[in-house]
Amino acid sequence: MSREKATRKHKEQPVTFDTEYTGRSLTSLAVHAMLHHRSGMVGLIITVTLIIIAILAPILAPYDALEMHPEDRFHPPSTTYWFGTDEFGRDILSRILMGSRISFSVGMISIAIATVVGVTVGLIAGYETGWFDTITMRFFDALLAFPAILLAIVVLAVLGPGSFSAMLAIAVVSIPAFARLTRANVLAEKEKEYVLASRAVGAKPTRILFRGILPNVVSTLLVQVTVSIATAVLLEAALSFLGLGTPPPAPSWGSMLSVGRGYLPLAPWYGIFPGLAITLLVMGLYLLGDGLRDALDPRRQKLV
Amino acid sequence: MGKYALRRILQMIPALLIVSFAVFMIIHLIPGDPAKIIAGPNATDEQLAALTRKFGLDEPLWKQYVIWLGNALTGDMGYSYINNYPVNQMIAQRVPATMELALAAALIAVAISFPLGIAAALKQGSFVDLASTVFAALSFAVPSFWLAILMILLFSLTLGWLPPSGRPDFSEQPVEHLKSLIMPALVLGLAISAKIARYLRSSMLDALSQDYTRTARAKGLRERVVIGRHVLRNALIPVVTVLGLQTGDLLSGAIIVESVFAWPGVGRLTVQAIGWRDYALLQADVLYIVLAFMIVNLLTDLTYGFIDPRIRYD
Repeated sequence: MSREKATRKHKEQPVTFDTEYTGRSLTSLAVHAMLHHRSGMVGLIITVTLIIIAILAPILAPYDALEMHPEDRFHPPSTTYWFGTDEFGRDILSRILMGSRISFSVGMISIAIATVVGVTVGLIAGYETGWFDTITMRFFDALLAFPAILLAIVVLAVLGPGSFSAMLAIAVVSIPAFARLTRANVLAEKEKEYVLASRAVGAKPTRILFRGILPNVVSTLLVQVTVSIATAVLLEAALSFLGLGTPPPAPSWGSMLSVGRGYLPLAPWYGIFPGLAITLLVMGLYLLGDGLRDALDPRRQKLV
Repeated sequence: MGKYALRRILQMIPALLIVSFAVFMIIHLIPGDPAKIIAGPNATDEQLAALTRKFGLDEPLWKQYVIWLGNALTGDMGYSYINNYPVNQMIAQRVPATMELALAAALIAVAISFPLGIAAALKQGSFVDLASTVFAALSFAVPSFWLAILMILLFSLTLGWLPPSGRPDFSEQPVEHLKSLIMPALVLGLAISAKIARYLRSSMLDALSQDYTRTARAKGLRERVVIGRHVLRNALIPVVTVLGLQTGDLLSGAIIVESVFAWPGVGRLTVQAIGWRDYALLQADVLYIVLAFMIVNLLTDLTYGFIDPRIRYD
């Protein structure tokens, strides 16, 4: 029955990819679309620049992020301290540069965990619809009943505050989205001919899932990963701002703002620059994700 | 309709059970003996033993959960670790402040997003349209606590128009009270208005390209009538869902915004409960927030059918 369905589907949707007359692969089409997506390219440039800054931070930073200059407490922005200094006379620019490493590592590692767990569960749940599917999806529905930050707070209450706990908390919050997205994609993919064909020649489910279906859902996941890292960076900053994430004296952007909030009349710059850094990074990832979404969506490609 | 509502309420039960179990486990997963947390660092062994008995901490875990759940079902959520107040009372005191903030924020969000979304759809590709796109990107990328700090810098410290934090009693200082509401509500409202505006824009564009819109125009109706009676009315249906879904964002946002502005609501209480290590309070607080979130989602789905009779639930 499913084979009939697949054939019918095939007849209804004749293949009309641009590849037929351009002779270019889908990947090269996507890259081409991305290169011509203006805001997407802006996002890519911002993100890549910030990644390079994070890698080179120890070289770029004019001072040690933890070095105190007691004589220069709350020094306003000047040629010596471009972004001013904080309550211990630490250079805010150096702290922001080093802080980018916290934001990136928490964002990337937490989403890496969420991707691996969420995608694996989603692949199995979508392919072997049955008790596993029912149980996991009900469980994720319950997780989705929590507002994201509340769930992260609950996880942090259990694990105790800290960078690593924040990472795990953000991962837990992000898993359901990946699992649901993957499952929905698998449900659509598994009726397609290439899956039926590999099943017919006796391929094992693991092979079909990881070698067959997974590569076909990667583009959707890529968009989700980008946007999720942006959300994770925001969440880490928010948790640190609430005093639950990265503890002092580590230069997390969120906790810098939290401390800076208390010194606003004295040092307004303290409350401005770390927030600017968060906004820039999240904006870069957001625009990049938006561009990828357009570039990887074959239905939109002709519009680009 | 009644059947559907009943089924949805029944479906909430397993989800609530999982949530309640997760919330219950908060207290038991925390490293260390709960009795020690309650008694404080200087407690004697006798005091610890008494507390262990009092809170039933020597019973097996499943039994503790059943007892706790039974109490929760009768509305007894236990007592605060720090001041022995009933947690229900502590939370109830904070609810009005959060409701007030959320309502004001929702009003601001509608006041901003509706004109913006409609204008962006009617003048596609215009300056307004571009502005709404930029606004959407900014509202995603600018963290609410930073926006709050910037507003405090501008409106409190530079201009001196608004108080930087707190919530004076309305009956004593009505003007000061309203002034203190402006910034928190604005920060919270701005955050969700962009999403609603984007959604309204695309749903307006969809309605504009429908046959009934062309028919209405072909009949010679004035453009205002076409937009107001035909396009907008249909475009608003999906927006209602988005408004409902924003409640989650409102509650999440309230946790942060209330903390920045020292607004004495449920969100700030959640953060305070962790700081105080008052896990009985945290349990109850989280459970109520999740319950509120679920109920709003249910109401949203049900409203859907009232607005659009074409929608059948089965």
